[in-house]
Amino acid sequence: MSNLNELYQQVILDHNKNPRHFHKIDSCNHEIDARNPLCGDQFKIYLQIQDGLIKNVGFEGSGCAISKASASLMCSSVLDKTVDYAKDLFEKMHLIFTGKTHSINEEELGSLFALSGVAEFPSRVKCASLSWHALNGALKNSNELISTE
Amino acid sequence: MHQVLNKNISPLKNFDIKKIREDFPILSRMVNGKPLVYLDNAATSQKPQVVIDVLQNYYQNENSNVHRGVHFLSDRATNLYEEAREKIQKFLNAKSTKEIIYVRGTTEGINLVANSFVKPRLNEGDNIIVSLMEHHANVVPWQLVCDEKKAKIKIIPINKKGELLVDSLHGLIDEKTKFISVVHISNSLGTINPINEAIEIAHKNNIPILIDGAQSVCHGSVDVQKLDCDFFVFSGHKICGPTGIGALYGKEKWLEEMPPYQGGGDMILQVTFEKTIYNDLPYKFEAGTPNISGAIGLGTALDYVQSIGYENLHTQENLLLKYATEKLSKIDKVQIIGTADNKASIVSFVMADIHAHDVGTILDQEGVAVRAGHHCTQPVMDYFGVPGTARASFSFYNTLEEVDILEDAVKKGIKIFLG
Repeated sequence: MSNLNELYQQVILDHNKNPRHFHKIDSCNHEIDARNPLCGDQFKIYLQIQDGLIKNVGFEGSGCAISKASASLMCSSVLDKTVDYAKDLFEKMHLIFTGKTHSINEEELGSLFALSGVAEFPSRVKCASLSWHALNGALKNSNELISTE
Repeated sequence: MHQVLNKNISPLKNFDIKKIREDFPILSRMVNGKPLVYLDNAATSQKPQVVIDVLQNYYQNENSNVHRGVHFLSDRATNLYEEAREKIQKFLNAKSTKEIIYVRGTTEGINLVANSFVKPRLNEGDNIIVSLMEHHANVVPWQLVCDEKKAKIKIIPINKKGELLVDSLHGLIDEKTKFISVVHISNSLGTINPINEAIEIAHKNNIPILIDGAQSVCHGSVDVQKLDCDFFVFSGHKICGPTGIGALYGKEKWLEEMPPYQGGGDMILQVTFEKTIYNDLPYKFEAGTPNISGAIGLGTALDYVQSIGYENLHTQENLLLKYATEKLSKIDKVQIIGTADNKASIVSFVMADIHAHDVGTILDQEGVAVRAGHHCTQPVMDYFGVPGTARASFSFYNTLEEVDILEDAVKKGIKIFLG
């Protein structure tokens, strides 16, 4: 498979076209702006966290296919999971995006594995990691604007 | 374009595109396993061997500081540095080298004028006029001085083709208008603006005007005396020169009355702790050790571009513009943003709802370098209701064959995204 096909896998194209959890969460207790001013990617991530559990998650905004699909996949994978799980997942994904891990467990990652092609495209790492940084900020209980620039 | 049989050969006489491409070593390199197709010339142009050589030779054989030493090398460096200024003066047809100030580039030139010329003249409630198609370098410096002085910015609108509605200047100008600053050629739309009219209207109302030539000097000759603009600024790196060097032209009468922009060595005649007497023009605006090699490199770059001849350059670039416009507009799902009647060789486009950065990545995999994004012109993107565009900007060294490669890459992108 060429690098390009690895980057734009069907999973990514699908999540870009039909993003999951692509809506506001009215009952959220975390709302984070994620922006990449140089690209113009702009998202809002909503989280409802209760008793250490991510009860509800959603996002809105616009950006490239990679940033949108990544946000969509992220929301799908942290819903109904514990805050600790999500924090671990952030660390894991961060290493994958930046190409710092050699032991990617495809089975364990599930559909998130589709994002691993990003590591071959240094200029797109920040697209993929934008929403994840926002998530991590929220988990650390910060409602500040998250920017990858 | 049926008359063009070999796409690597320009129909122009005395214009051997193959030979010209050989002047630019980078054009023969590979990118992602494909030959580089460099279509990001509006961001920065590539450098011919003569410019690379002159930079190396300067550091290897002539390096010294200017305007200081009494030794051989310092004299030599000073001469080369000042010869380059003369080249810029002739290139812009300024009256004298006193009117040519070395700056880092367009951005610094505009900041210099904003701070030294406009700010002292600006009072609360005054206004400065710019156009909607300015890049951020011709917006933010004015915002900074306006914020400080409680003045405001007025905007010359554009139409859906991306053309400046220059006549609206009549309505925008009032007794509180202190300055006008307009881009010559839009970097995101390619529009060539009717700056003659803008300058005429400004001067009828006794308002000084700056023309931002960042995108224009590489596409055609500029005569600042004929234009009669008060200030003109450009960056060297967009016209085959090194980065970090450019020039500000200003009418001598204005430069004389302006206070220095920065303080330091070289811009003074005499310094005591009680009082400093500033140096004469142009040195008053050139504090500290300047970008000597950059200036010399820029002089060489201007020689090089002029040796190609603006007529040749124009014909080749127009050919590329026509061909690329024709090819891209034929592709279903592609929409060209910026369709002014009078355009430079810049083609901005969007592909269905595929984000510009995805387009950029796909083209990059084919070796095609384009700019993707808002091009530092967010107000323009907002006006057209797009987050960004992909922009192919052509130089005289590009070929029609490269346009074909762009076309194929665009089609490939559409296939990936839309099946």
